[in-house]
Amino acid sequence: MTPQSFVDPASPLPPIPGHSSRGRLERVLREGKFAVTAELNPPDSADPQEVYDRALVLSEVCDAINATDASGANVHMSSVGICSLLTRAGYAVVMQISCRDRNRIAIQGDVLGAAAMGVANILCLTGDGVQAGDQPAAKPVFDLDSTSLLETIRGMRDSRVFLSGRKITVPPQVFLGAAANPFSPPYDYRPLHLAKKVAAGAQFIQTQYCYDMPLLERFMAKVREQGLHEKCFILVGVGPLASARGARWMRANVPGIHVPDPVIARLEGAKDQKLEGKKICIELIQQVREIPGVHGVHVMAYRQEDLVSEIITASGIMQNRTPRRSAKERTSLT
Amino acid sequence: MYSVRLSSIRHARALEMFYNAFEPAMVLLAPLLRRVGYGRLERPVAAVERSVKGFLFDCQMCGQCALSSTGMTCPMNCPKNLRNGPCGGVRENGHCEVKPEMKCVWVQAWEGSQRMRTGARILDVQKPVDNRLKGRSSWLKVVRDKTEPAETPAKAGGKPAPAAVKTGAKAPT
Repeated sequence: MTPQSFVDPASPLPPIPGHSSRGRLERVLREGKFAVTAELNPPDSADPQEVYDRALVLSEVCDAINATDASGANVHMSSVGICSLLTRAGYAVVMQISCRDRNRIAIQGDVLGAAAMGVANILCLTGDGVQAGDQPAAKPVFDLDSTSLLETIRGMRDSRVFLSGRKITVPPQVFLGAAANPFSPPYDYRPLHLAKKVAAGAQFIQTQYCYDMPLLERFMAKVREQGLHEKCFILVGVGPLASARGARWMRANVPGIHVPDPVIARLEGAKDQKLEGKKICIELIQQVREIPGVHGVHVMAYRQEDLVSEIITASGIMQNRTPRRSAKERTSLT
Repeated sequence: MYSVRLSSIRHARALEMFYNAFEPAMVLLAPLLRRVGYGRLERPVAAVERSVKGFLFDCQMCGQCALSSTGMTCPMNCPKNLRNGPCGGVRENGHCEVKPEMKCVWVQAWEGSQRMRTGARILDVQKPVDNRLKGRSSWLKVVRDKTEPAETPAKAGGKPAPAAVKTGAKAPT
């Protein structure tokens, strides 16, 4: 029944004792390697080829591809749909689940469905408010929050029960992630909030875009003080800014993004702003790499996927490591 | 009222002390409350609770109060109803992503909790809201949770009485 070029989602990597998932990201992190994840910009289209094309360029340099769940409260192809396509094509994915659009009944069902499709990593998010996106008239759900979502999925995986207590026969073997935003107030509470998410089940963390190293260092110092860097893997969010104007727009319109003025000034002063944005991103990755307790980077290159490979390669963080299967080995699925 | 809500956060410590006395008093009244009947009491007590806590905290009557774990800030005033901490969208001035004119509920919760003796309860992981309890008295719920075994069926009023909030001793705030 399965087309030959498709990967059977029911046969992920062989299990390893002590691992929650059978996915590649958890292995890379537990082996102590500096991991790279990248965000796939979901298409406004029903064409699977657009997903494959974008995944292909990312997969050369990343250990898992994030499928966003209507980020910024804008409608795009769903994270479930993208994960379904990508897992069948053999890619490692991080499925993002936001609490904004679905209640606990829908979400728990999606978790089982995702695990059945071979999704090994789930990122639990609260979600941007509906006012931020293209459907401000929508009803915000927020039945769960990111922390209670983590606890819910952990219960499904480890205690094999739904939130209601009803039994699950085969639990979802997923590596659980959460977001952190060290760049947004209340700054002193952020590391404690991270501790709370770890207590609720977070095993890896992907942060919001980092453009402010002092704030990140302050956050990481508190994280190390609490020993959280030994309880979870922290991937710092980075991304190239396309222009000073774009950076200003993002700062004003995308919730939770903090771009300090000196960064914008540097872009403005450059001859080629796009090139400068790329340079800034590479430098940030190299600086982030040196912070104790940081285990990887999460690259979010909004509409600039083609740059991700260059950025990662230029930063030198992959050392001689190549993701399990390079893009060249892949064949197009159509 | 927004200004009263803000003042309650400033006086989180005093309110905490008040509730520390109020809770045992309510629990002591349990036999009397039971004799009158929780079902019969539900509406009048909920009405009193709504007006007192509505005035002080802009309480939204979720029926499973978490004020003592949230720095005397009602988390149901967060447009995302977050009960475990701020989202990542808090503005640089500490205001809400969704309602820019309002201070972030969790920025205030953090301030309030630092004034409280048991402020560390802000670190407790809160369970998802039980939507069946909306509009009901959380004072009566605390008394019943503390004085009745968990399996007690809800006779009067036929309310479901699951322990929706996990974190140990709850003040009936």
